[in-house]
Amino acid sequence: MTTIEPVPVLEPQRERRSFADGLRNALPKIVLAPSFAVILVFVYGFILWTVYLSFTTSRILPVYKWGGFDAYFRLWSQPNWYVAMQNLAIFGVLYIGICIILGLGIAILMDQRIRAEGLLRPIFLYPMALSFVVTGTAWKWFLNPGLGLENTMHNLGWTSFKFDWLVNPKMAIYTVVIAGVWQASGFVMAMFLAGLRGIDGEIIKAAQIDGASTVSIYRRIIIPLLRPVFLSAFIVLAHMAIKSYDLVIALTGGGPGNATELPSTFMYSYTFTRNQMNVGSASAVMMLMGITAIIVPYLYSELRERKQ
Amino acid sequence: MSATQETVSAGGARTARYFIYAALVILALVYLLPLYVMLSTSLKSLDEIRGGDMLALPRDPSIAAWVRAWGEACIGVSCVGIKGYFWNSIKMVVPAVLISTLLGALNGYVLTKWRFPGHRLVFGMMLFACFIPFQAVLIPMARVLGTFGLSNSTAGLVIVHVIYGLGFTTLFFRNYYEAFPDELVKAAMIDGAGFFRIFWRILLPSSGPIIVVTIIYQFTNIWNDFLFGVSFSSGTSSPMTVALNNLVASSTGVKEYNVDMAAAVFAALPTLFVYVVAGRYFVRGLMAGAVKG
Repeated sequence: MTTIEPVPVLEPQRERRSFADGLRNALPKIVLAPSFAVILVFVYGFILWTVYLSFTTSRILPVYKWGGFDAYFRLWSQPNWYVAMQNLAIFGVLYIGICIILGLGIAILMDQRIRAEGLLRPIFLYPMALSFVVTGTAWKWFLNPGLGLENTMHNLGWTSFKFDWLVNPKMAIYTVVIAGVWQASGFVMAMFLAGLRGIDGEIIKAAQIDGASTVSIYRRIIIPLLRPVFLSAFIVLAHMAIKSYDLVIALTGGGPGNATELPSTFMYSYTFTRNQMNVGSASAVMMLMGITAIIVPYLYSELRERKQ
Repeated sequence: MSATQETVSAGGARTARYFIYAALVILALVYLLPLYVMLSTSLKSLDEIRGGDMLALPRDPSIAAWVRAWGEACIGVSCVGIKGYFWNSIKMVVPAVLISTLLGALNGYVLTKWRFPGHRLVFGMMLFACFIPFQAVLIPMARVLGTFGLSNSTAGLVIVHVIYGLGFTTLFFRNYYEAFPDELVKAAMIDGAGFFRIFWRILLPSSGPIIVVTIIYQFTNIWNDFLFGVSFSSGTSSPMTVALNNLVASSTGVKEYNVDMAAAVFAALPTLFVYVVAGRYFVRGLMAGAVKG
């Protein structure tokens, strides 16, 4: 396209030019360096700092007196921490599972050449644009035991209907699941829909000619082909589940009592309100380890694939 | 549960299609319900809320609760509404989005067009930074902000959001520029164009879509952030999400559900607006953030 004229190089200027060349060669690195340095310090340096704090005797303020594994022993002997871990397990499994099932289900329905797709898609996806605090506030009101869903059902004539999950310590964690699924399932649907659109139509046509039923085409061919989407959805949702903080705070405040405690709320309260900063740091380290175990293998394999 | 297309009779196929449409419409209504309830509650009076039905349309809609939420509602001890917090969020979001997007564009440019040994490791480390639980950096960040006198300030929150948004903005631009033809950059180099000139004249003019995606992604994330806001600010310097939570969680006085909902609508409006105007780009950002590499 472009005609390239070699730039004439003048011999005598070589000395000065090499300095300019050096600067020019270094320029990209100079541009990148501040960002990378900031990440090194504020991400990796801070993580080490937090790890170090978890081995100290810090209470209200950071102190740098070595405390060994004391904070970890204390962490794992807190009933609260077990509640948090158990809740994370319940929330994580249901949140990820329901989001994937619902997301895939809606995506398959949407993929049947339906007419109003452009209208429906944004409806399933808009919750993702909202803040978790807004979601929590809306669902807190919607599930309000006195004036919310329960009242509506009573007005509709179903007077025995009882829905007190929000204030029932046994059931409160499931309200977090409901609100979380409402927020994220549309996004999972969009991921699956993109996956479905990427499948080669020839394969499906061939199966249809062979007389396979729609159900078995989905079960035997399409869903197995969507495996990478399942993996991506799992990673995204697992990572969101471990980080979940705002939703619980806005919806239940971690309560009633400590019924909806999660590792994230545990970390915050032990660090900033219960004055056990070393235990809070230890719980943060646990969260980091959980996420690292999920994310690093995934990123590693993704980056490797790119290389090949 | 899906369509039974192999059914030979046209009637069967039609029934299946009705089923699909019915299922989708019902699901869509369920997804819309919380938003509808939020909006209609915000337009009702307290008496109507207590005596009526959550799902009923407001009998005589009034924006009184909106006015109260904006300018009169009590958050903590000050009863001046949420407007100050709304502006706090704006003042935090605009610079944080612009700075992190610009830096991300430059980083992505370097990582694709000016590769150096170890570029993969640098990118990998920046990418992992996107996913860390912020709890692991919360205490040190609070100390550092305190040391520099930046706690409780918008500037402090801008810095925090720029730093922890860099990973994502770099990811977006890197993946976009990866697909940008190297030949154009090489040709420009041979023509004597320098680093910034190539960026400015060749890459940036064709970066429109990814700039929109990045800005929307960052805007949504930073506006919706709660953890950093609640950790590094308090009182009147808080962003909108923190103020909303304080308003709703406060247990003093009469619980004004309509005002709570109006405040929630205010907190939701900017991101919903962006979503309605540029939903396509919003989804692309989410996808790019999810399907990595």
